[in-house]
Amino acid sequence: MKGLMDWIDQRIPFSNSMKLHVTQYPAPKNFNFWYLMGSLALVVLVNQIVTGIWLTMSYNPSAEGAFASVEYIMRDVEYGWLLRYMHSTGASFFFLVVYLHMFRGLMYGSYQKPRELLWLFGMLIFLVLMAEAFMGYMLPWGQMSYWGAQVIISLFGAIPYVGDALTTWIRGDYVISGATLNRFFALHVIALPLVLVILVFLHLIALHEVGSNNPDGIDIKKPKGSVAEEDKAKFEFHERYAKKYDIVDAIPFHPYYTVKDLVGLAGFLILFAIVIFYLPTMGGYFLEPPNFEAADPMRTPAHIAPVWYFTPFYAILRAVPIKLLGVILMFAAIVLLFLMPWIDRGKVRSIRYRSGLHKANLTQFVISFVILGYLGVMPAEGIYTLMAQIFTFLYFAFFAFLWFYSKNEKTKPLPERLTK
Amino acid sequence: MSNAPVDKGRRRFLTVATSVVGAAGAVGAAVPFIASWNPSAKARIAGAPVEVKIDKVEPGQLIRAEWRGQPIWIVRRTETMLDSLNATDSRVRDPESNVQQQPAYAQNQHRSIRPEWFIAVGICTHLGCSPQFISRSFIEAEGVEAGFFCPCHGSRFDIAGRVFQAVPAPTNLVIPPHYFVDDVTVIVGEEEGAA
Repeated sequence: MKGLMDWIDQRIPFSNSMKLHVTQYPAPKNFNFWYLMGSLALVVLVNQIVTGIWLTMSYNPSAEGAFASVEYIMRDVEYGWLLRYMHSTGASFFFLVVYLHMFRGLMYGSYQKPRELLWLFGMLIFLVLMAEAFMGYMLPWGQMSYWGAQVIISLFGAIPYVGDALTTWIRGDYVISGATLNRFFALHVIALPLVLVILVFLHLIALHEVGSNNPDGIDIKKPKGSVAEEDKAKFEFHERYAKKYDIVDAIPFHPYYTVKDLVGLAGFLILFAIVIFYLPTMGGYFLEPPNFEAADPMRTPAHIAPVWYFTPFYAILRAVPIKLLGVILMFAAIVLLFLMPWIDRGKVRSIRYRSGLHKANLTQFVISFVILGYLGVMPAEGIYTLMAQIFTFLYFAFFAFLWFYSKNEKTKPLPERLTK
Repeated sequence: MSNAPVDKGRRRFLTVATSVVGAAGAVGAAVPFIASWNPSAKARIAGAPVEVKIDKVEPGQLIRAEWRGQPIWIVRRTETMLDSLNATDSRVRDPESNVQQQPAYAQNQHRSIRPEWFIAVGICTHLGCSPQFISRSFIEAEGVEAGFFCPCHGSRFDIAGRVFQAVPAPTNLVIPPHYFVDDVTVIVGEEEGAA
């Protein structure tokens, strides 16, 4: 065994990489519940890839055959129903853990210097994930697949001058058709997953380069020689980290956090299984009722709503009675998240040591986001439109307020060392 | 290898020239990949005009045809419906149809060749849903009997497909090129004398 390992290590840096990124990677010792989401997202990604590959084995990406082939998977393929529900439920859970993961980043200032690139890679993952989910939702070729795609692709028609030509180019036809379905299938199963995996790799490399943030938002890597010997963490860390810094309050990622993440995974899988086996449609929020009818280009369902994870942005789109402005605001809602490292001009990362104003602002942001999500599934009329306008304003106000007060924010003194 | 001094100017010229040629090649190579996303020859042929018989349409009725995979509405309007256009003139965004959403011969108050017959693409100009035809008591538009209502985002149009003010749709409904062969036959998707 030792001989084999030596043979491999002389050819690729296997042992060294394991130490660098797993067994001797210094992680802050105070990770809490919120730090489970990253590894859970990775597990869901693997679930999506594996079940996705199996689904393509029975799925037929054509306008004539797609809807029937999904029924075939559900009824005739052995365990086809399970593979499909694992995939469709996985999509919703992917967004669930990613939204919680992003909230963690906002809460503990994980986007601040020096983690800007880490945050940007994460936001790109979010963006690609949205495209991936949108294209995947089209594949069953039900009514909601069809009309949802019609609405989303029409968004590009709002771009002045090139809009119409662009939408025709995206669809490959004058309307959504089999040509559109085929290319979305190709993008969904090959192009975007590849991009996603590469981005996840870059996200992790960036994370390990700058080191993990933690609920206190203070550094565990102190300048070399500034820490007394007995205060240093009592573990062996890779020399890449230990040579440059004195490391305090850290534990190696493996076995400490692999075990913790496994406990989190067990809890997660219980929830996941409950939904797969008992609530696969989640009352119409994970899989919408109109999608159990085959696509009909001549008839729009009476009420169109996207899947729940898109509804906050959809509500912003509908809040404005001017087409182009609505589209711009919807994209701006995402672009502003990208810019968080520069909008927040504060030096203190964690919410634990920031001002009451910041806590209030972040709270109202989360509430606005959730209410917008609710409004996105309701019809666009009367009081709902007015509410959507109010909460769209509050959503954007979060960024504006933050930019103003963060420059000279009254923060609490930071501790020297990690608390609990 | 010679020991002659490096001619920096020459090296720079060669580097730039190679890069430019390489970039041009990359752009050229991208063309087939981008162009393959355009509608195929098959899809373009499917855009051929369609012929619709209209002798069985009752006054106040809407029938649907399909052209380029889109719903085409053909409405036989009553006198009351046509009169309502005078009332909606002041409440629509573009009463004169100045935005080119129709062929020149349909740029008039009733947005059609013959006032009685309204022919339009049944796709909302907001985000592409197909609006509902409302032939009487148009609750969403006060004081108007007939029109079109898009359930997706609440856009409203009068019976000539003109968009009301303060709704998400920016422009009037699209009028496709069309002409009457005789009193009972209309061709949708082509101008008169084009073929």
